[in-house]
Amino acid sequence: MSWLTEFPQLSRRDLLTLRQTLDEGYRSFSRSYGEAIENFFDPLLAFLVWFENLLVEAPWWVVIAAILGITHYAARSIKLTVGVGISLFLVGFFGMWEDTMSTLSIITVCTLISIALGIPMGILMARSHRAQSIITPVLDIMQTMPAFVYLIPVVMLLGIGKIPGLIAVIIYAIPPVIRLTNLGIRLVDKEVLEAADAYGVTPMQRLFNVQLPLAMPNIMAGINQTIMMALAMVVIASMIGVSGLGQPVLRSITNQYFTLGILNGAAIVVLAIIFDRVSQSYAKRSQRYMRSGS
Amino acid sequence: MTSPLIRIEGLYQLFGKNPQTHMHLVKAGKTKDEILAETGHTLGLKDINLEIQQGEIFVIMGLSGSGKSTLIRHFNRLIDPTEGRVIVEDEDIMELDAKSLRNFRQKKMSMVFQRFGLLPHYTVQENVAFGLRAQGVGKEEREKKAKQWLEDVGLAGYENQYPAQLSGGQQQRVGLARALCTDAEILLMDEAFSALDPLIRSEMQDQLMALQDRLHKTIVFITHDLDEALRIGDRIAILRDGELVQVGQPADILLHPADDYVEKFVRDVNRARALTVETVMKPPTHRIDAKTINDALAHMRSAKSGYAFYVNDEGYQGFVSEENLAKVAKEKGKEPLCEDYYEDSFVISPETPLEEVIPQTLDHDHPLPVVNEAGELTGELSRDDLVQVLTHTPTSDAAGNDDASEDEGTAKGTSKEPPAA
Ligand SMILES: Nc1ncnc2c1ncn2[C@@H]1O[C@H](COP(=O)(O)OP(=O)(O)OP(=O)(O)O)[C@@H](O)[C@H]1O
Ligand SMILES: [Mg+2]
Repeated sequence: MSWLTEFPQLSRRDLLTLRQTLDEGYRSFSRSYGEAIENFFDPLLAFLVWFENLLVEAPWWVVIAAILGITHYAARSIKLTVGVGISLFLVGFFGMWEDTMSTLSIITVCTLISIALGIPMGILMARSHRAQSIITPVLDIMQTMPAFVYLIPVVMLLGIGKIPGLIAVIIYAIPPVIRLTNLGIRLVDKEVLEAADAYGVTPMQRLFNVQLPLAMPNIMAGINQTIMMALAMVVIASMIGVSGLGQPVLRSITNQYFTLGILNGAAIVVLAIIFDRVSQSYAKRSQRYMRSGS
Repeated sequence: MTSPLIRIEGLYQLFGKNPQTHMHLVKAGKTKDEILAETGHTLGLKDINLEIQQGEIFVIMGLSGSGKSTLIRHFNRLIDPTEGRVIVEDEDIMELDAKSLRNFRQKKMSMVFQRFGLLPHYTVQENVAFGLRAQGVGKEEREKKAKQWLEDVGLAGYENQYPAQLSGGQQQRVGLARALCTDAEILLMDEAFSALDPLIRSEMQDQLMALQDRLHKTIVFITHDLDEALRIGDRIAILRDGELVQVGQPADILLHPADDYVEKFVRDVNRARALTVETVMKPPTHRIDAKTINDALAHMRSAKSGYAFYVNDEGYQGFVSEENLAKVAKEKGKEPLCEDYYEDSFVISPETPLEEVIPQTLDHDHPLPVVNEAGELTGELSRDDLVQVLTHTPTSDAAGNDDASEDEGTAKGTSKEPPAA
């Protein structure tokens, strides 16, 4: 009756063998396939490097001008454009231009990949209850599992570098865009869908002309959250070799450089605010017809 | 009668997980509530059989939850029935595959929705052209047509607005234009005007009637408002808990409600406005075609009526009374009846609403002659008939039976109140 007083647990030896077998198995898997998988990601790596170099090596004023152009196109607000200009200038003025550009490039790429993978998955979930019931718990795990834990197998497989960082960031940041695409499509007014069906639309017309446009406010909110979460991962990702603003923050922690930490942290905040404001006012502007009286 | 454009045969709809396995309960005559309690399935429609003729406005009405929306959604198969057939122009639409069904929806039927169902991200013009776009019609052509229909519903100049910028009435005009733009022969309208306030609603009804005079569509119109049904319907079907309880012409429904449920519906209707003279007039019993005054007198005396409507080959001529003819009979008895002896009397036309003839009818002791456009005497309307129709609640056919009082007692206890008119 020992199980009444003591927890019936696996013996130490069994536990050890279990861990060793699993680890050994994974290690041999990564030894035999690691290279193939790395090769698979090579084009992505090349693109990432190219994009980062583009941002870092282009004259600073060209980059600022380009960002201001995008800001103005998206938001049509002089105030916002001026604010973005000033904050970018300050970031460069305090010597963080290159790191900021690195971070900007990885965030941009992560966001694009998240959108490209997340929206189709959200659509799939909205179409099938079964897909929803499978994907939802996976998303829950992705969001609650400490980032360090899933960094381990990624690093074992691919080593330290940009690609593992990118994967970690995407795993952490992609759930909102999937969830909100699903939600947005499910919330589309039933009568509008019925109307579309009553006029004999094809499934494709239904998706692209009705469901996605009407789900767009929610999808945009999802994208916005995804960007914010990607930014939040920048520091952790820097631990496995992602360059950018995370690196100096990490250094400040280990060496207790308070000012360096504050400055780089502030630069991350500046990026977050720029991304947030620009994407939100773009969303608002592109949905103005949904509200009356404008 | 030509073969009907739409035919619905033995249509059943049982909502739930396993409708097929519980169909025997429905067939065994269990009620909606019993089936819900026993199986958790909702009986939506039960044994619906209908024929709708080309060119008519067919109104389906019933209280909330009676299955109106469910029924109309079977016409274009937005809902598949549990059992039964929907036949449009001799084609069973249950047999269509996905592609032919799309084609059918694009070309044959269009639909107007209670809450409009417009696409908020499309302009008014793009919304109107939506059906054509689904058909794959080129941009230029569909814009031209959409513009034309917008003009026809009175929304010229609003092409580039978005739906949210329009009032409810205007949005529903867009919905109507969208339905008309595909040139579909059949128009399904699910409580299309119910969301609009009364003034706009009657405006929309007028517009629909005017369009119908021009286009001769076949319209299936759903409403829970009997006044609306009477106003626009050629025929009315009344639905209760998923069953058809009566199908008939408006006057039929008003004057001979099939049961208590229908009677409650019609009780609050303004009958003076809803009924026309021809629906309550009696055949012209006091009609004479006498050659002479004496003949006429003889007729009236034998009928003991004291008056008559004189009719010859050319139709209705005039009203004569026994009293006045008797005065001249001695001298001119052999002469033919002519204008000189007619008395002042109103002549009413069969299509006039009762409302408009109430004063004249009540003013006269004798019935008023009803004369149609061709000048023929088609009937007569007496004060008593009018008063009876306007004051008495109609006795339903069911209540006419011996056990009526009992029937009524139980029915009143369970059924809901009809909507206020
Ligand atoms: N998809 C569904 N699943 C289960 N039950 C349904 C479904 N659709 C309708 N019902 C049931 O069928 C019945 C008829 O509903 P329906 O919407 O056709 O009523 P209605 O006459 O259009 O009412 P209203 O005037 O409120 O629009 C109701 O009891 C409703 O609960
Ligand atoms: Mg309804």
